[in-house]
Amino acid sequence: MTVWEKFKPKFWDYVDAAAGPFAHLFNFRRIWKLAVLLTAGVALVPLVAITAIDYQVTQKSIESEIALRTSRLVSNTRRAVSFFLAERRSALDFIVRDNSFADLNDPERLQAILQNLKSTFGGFTDLGVIDPLGYQRIYAGPYRLEGVDYSEQAWYREVLERGIYISDVFPGFRQVPHLIIAVKHEVGSGAHFVLRATLDTERFNHLISHPEVAGGGDAFLINREGKLQTPSLSHGRVLDTISLPVPASSPNTELIETEDGQGQLNAVGYAYVEDTPFILMIVKNKKELMKPWYKTRLQLMGFLAASITIILVVILGVATYLVNNIYLADQKRLTMLHQVEYSNKMATIGRLAAGVAHEINNPLAVINEKAGLIKDLFSMREECARDEKLMNTINAVLSSVERCAKITRRLLSFMRNSGVTIQRINLGETIHEVLAFLSKEAEYRSFHISVHVDEDVPQITSDQGRLQEILLNVINNSFAAMQDGGHLEVTVRRHKEHLVSVTVKDDGCGIPKADLERVFEPFFSTRTGKGGTGLGLSITSGLVQELGGDISVDSEVGKGTSFTLTLPIQTEKKEKPSNEGSLGR
Amino acid sequence: MKVLLVDDEHELVSTLAERLSFRGIQADWATNGEEAMRLTEKNTYDVAVLDVKIPRISGLELKRRLHAKIPAMKFIFMTGHGSEDEFRNCSAETGEGCYLVKPVNIEDLIRKMNELMNASEVRP
Repeated sequence: MTVWEKFKPKFWDYVDAAAGPFAHLFNFRRIWKLAVLLTAGVALVPLVAITAIDYQVTQKSIESEIALRTSRLVSNTRRAVSFFLAERRSALDFIVRDNSFADLNDPERLQAILQNLKSTFGGFTDLGVIDPLGYQRIYAGPYRLEGVDYSEQAWYREVLERGIYISDVFPGFRQVPHLIIAVKHEVGSGAHFVLRATLDTERFNHLISHPEVAGGGDAFLINREGKLQTPSLSHGRVLDTISLPVPASSPNTELIETEDGQGQLNAVGYAYVEDTPFILMIVKNKKELMKPWYKTRLQLMGFLAASITIILVVILGVATYLVNNIYLADQKRLTMLHQVEYSNKMATIGRLAAGVAHEINNPLAVINEKAGLIKDLFSMREECARDEKLMNTINAVLSSVERCAKITRRLLSFMRNSGVTIQRINLGETIHEVLAFLSKEAEYRSFHISVHVDEDVPQITSDQGRLQEILLNVINNSFAAMQDGGHLEVTVRRHKEHLVSVTVKDDGCGIPKADLERVFEPFFSTRTGKGGTGLGLSITSGLVQELGGDISVDSEVGKGTSFTLTLPIQTEKKEKPSNEGSLGR
Repeated sequence: MKVLLVDDEHELVSTLAERLSFRGIQADWATNGEEAMRLTEKNTYDVAVLDVKIPRISGLELKRRLHAKIPAMKFIFMTGHGSEDEFRNCSAETGEGCYLVKPVNIEDLIRKMNELMNASEVRP
């Protein structure tokens, strides 16, 4: 037996074939499905919708907060970088304005200036003055670079063109990263010179490694070729090429999402630092950033899943319970309906039988009187009274009349009792009365019938007609199961304080275990093809309940079946349903 | 004891009257209510045995009329039908046990009539 079969509600496979055009009203599976779908829909759709909206809103707000923070950090850092470089540029500007070409031409003066720069701004490595022809005239610093010709170099041409040049970071002679700032000074009438300074990038680096970036993020500068200008935590060392693509040029702070070489999604904030070759990049691991969101999301999903589970369980439970109750009520209704039908049929048969009995009784009475008269007349004549054959003949007529009278009387008394009347009943007598009805069949089929009534069984108050009907149905049922020559035992016992039990036990074919619990269901029959309607036992069960009793069955295939009726000794008089008012009258 | 038998079955009442007479009980018979009423004009009866279903006047109605006329008269109903209603109505009219279902054993009938007569004699 599968789990489904175990939990399948009773109504699931029920088909009311008799319902005809109203079959849809009794399609309980459909009612159940409709109830489940509608309730689940009404309950779950808003819940899922609200959760989805909340999910979106929360995700968006967390993402936008991250974006805002990143963009703020990028623009602040850019401003700092920009300011740092502008400061140094201004210093150089000041020097070229404050000192004439001639002043700067003095190596001692230049050395002094370098010294001052080192002690005030810091980070300056050397200074050089380049004459209009591109030769480095004076140089203050650790190397000997006087007289170097820069005229053909790209940076020199740029500084002439734009007045300012800030270089990419380069390793320098001592393999320490450096960068160059150069400014041009117009002396007037087309004459000019250039002041060139080399800066080490340590302070620069310090500026970038913002404390806030430390957690799961990385801040660095790159040049336009994607080469690192400052050290990074996870994107390589200075002058390595980063794995991320170089972002597109933009005057503002931008935020993009990119995937790095390892397939990790990164949130990248970047800004082009004005007038420099630098691009500031802050790279944050998206996964790391979204961690609080993942936690919230997990809670949200957990809540949703739990809610849906609870709602579904409740809906399924309630729908199954309610539909099952409707189904049971419908089954009850059907049984009642058939009981009424059956009762009406019985009533009709009752009336018919009573009519027939009456019609027969009248001529029977005439025969009785006429035969009686013949006997009287014969008795008065001596020769006739002595004629044994004559007297035997007339006595045979009279006893046949008596037999007929017994039959019609039994029929009449049986029908007379079919109305609902609570009266004192001797169970043994009632059983014999019922058996007498079936005596012919029992005789033809050579049944051995025994009735045993315990001595302590009291008279009960019940409805005689109902009781007869119940017993008749049960015994008939047993007869149908029995082979010719079978045995039937009827036992009446006192059962507890206020109950009596009547057990009808046959040695017939028995009922399979699978069918046993269904025998009292309406339309359940194993004899449908042989004239059984499947109603007998269901109606019997209904009648027993009406009398406040109970019927149970016990059976073994091949060994026989025993039905046990349990009846109260005292039956309360029940209100009669209106349709039963005409029974058997 | 004088008995009045009323039943629409002519053969039945006539034969029954004859058989009763063999047993020393004088019995007159009628096949309908009017006839029965007429008979009571001429004779007095101790017991009336009435069929419940007779033409025109029903057995119950006849019993009421006869009782009004001769209050001392005893009644036994005799019926071929024996339905519950009839049984109850007749029992209400005459008391328990005076309701016999056809065919009736003549000895039973005589016993019943004697019982009724004796009961009336005992009563003041």
